[in-house]
Amino acid sequence: MNHSIKMLLTLTVTAVVMGGVLAGFYKFVEPKIEENRLIEEKLAIMAVVDGIVDYEIIEVEIEGKKGPEILQLFRGVDGEGKLVGYAFLAKGPGFAGIISMMVGLKVDLKHLSGMKVLEQIETPGLGNKIVEEKFDGQFRGLAIEPKIEYIKNKKPFKPNQIQAITGATISCVAVVDALNNRIVIVLDVIANLESGGK
Amino acid sequence: MASSSIKKGLTYEFKKGLWTENAVIKLLLGMCPALAVSNSATNGLAMGLASTFVVMSASTFVSIIRRIVPKEVRIPTYIVIIAGFVTLADLFLKAYFPPISKSLGPYVPLIVVNCMIMGRAEFFASKHTIPPSLADALGTGLGFTWVLVLMGAIREVLGSGAIFGYVFMGEDVFTPWVVMILPAGAFITLGLLIGFINFATSRKSSKGACS
Repeated sequence: MNHSIKMLLTLTVTAVVMGGVLAGFYKFVEPKIEENRLIEEKLAIMAVVDGIVDYEIIEVEIEGKKGPEILQLFRGVDGEGKLVGYAFLAKGPGFAGIISMMVGLKVDLKHLSGMKVLEQIETPGLGNKIVEEKFDGQFRGLAIEPKIEYIKNKKPFKPNQIQAITGATISCVAVVDALNNRIVIVLDVIANLESGGK
Repeated sequence: MASSSIKKGLTYEFKKGLWTENAVIKLLLGMCPALAVSNSATNGLAMGLASTFVVMSASTFVSIIRRIVPKEVRIPTYIVIIAGFVTLADLFLKAYFPPISKSLGPYVPLIVVNCMIMGRAEFFASKHTIPPSLADALGTGLGFTWVLVLMGAIREVLGSGAIFGYVFMGEDVFTPWVVMILPAGAFITLGLLIGFINFATSRKSSKGACS
């Protein structure tokens, strides 16, 4: 009996102490982690929209697959406050987990101005090459009409094509699909905003 | 038991983890991270150092409480302690080294189930005082680290033509062996590495026996 109590006590005390240490440490590093996330978001927006100096965040409620969700649209402006493009987040299931990207859209709403992958856990050395300049650079100036396409082992010959990474087709298809899905929604939102006199 | 280790000395406890009782190449422990994140030298180094931190903290802690913990619940107690330190390491990397945290991804939390760390807690730290436990943990951690860096370097050179992220063989002079950075490449590298080390050491010791 006495021994059981000792066992219970040992486990409880260990768990409480470790839990306390973790909670304290989390409180200490959480602002830093959030700051890293915001810096990364800002850098990504600045990288995907050409000529951007500042941006405002517009939040719009849209009808998602699982009920209403909030869409964040970053409206990029230059030094004089003139609209230079939009940025938005796109997410989709990749080969191993969710791929999340920051996408830049030109003012003409027909071309992308850039793409940066924010989060991914694709296969190291293959799928994770989607974060490299060689891949994401292809999205600069890419036409989005009728939709983005990919091509394997060949140089792209249409303005709306990108070349997939050898051996990582699934990751590339995931990126293209996520972009195509999101672009439709974002174009719709922008059309609504602009017609609303804003 | 404690006295025998002190007789052997702290240097012995430290050194054995580097070679004679190396976790990866001799004991075949910690295979999951050794295979999974040795695709580049940088990843290997980061994983090795994170694991070294965890094994040192966990061994110290286990050694401190070794007389208090009833033996029936020692394993769950060790797991809670190890998991706590792994989460600390994970948060630390996320806050101060975000790029490394990103490239290691889910493998940092998975240090919890690295049996090398559990092994040191169960076989060594739970039976020894703090100084030898710390020396043992440091040796084991650094032994783990050098093997991961070596495997990472071999796989990165052959698979990406680079070392520590620095590309020295462009794709025009060298076609990377993509298989080397895939899981299969990990098994090939580890198998050949252990085979080569055993071959080299067995020849040496049999020669010694003859003469």
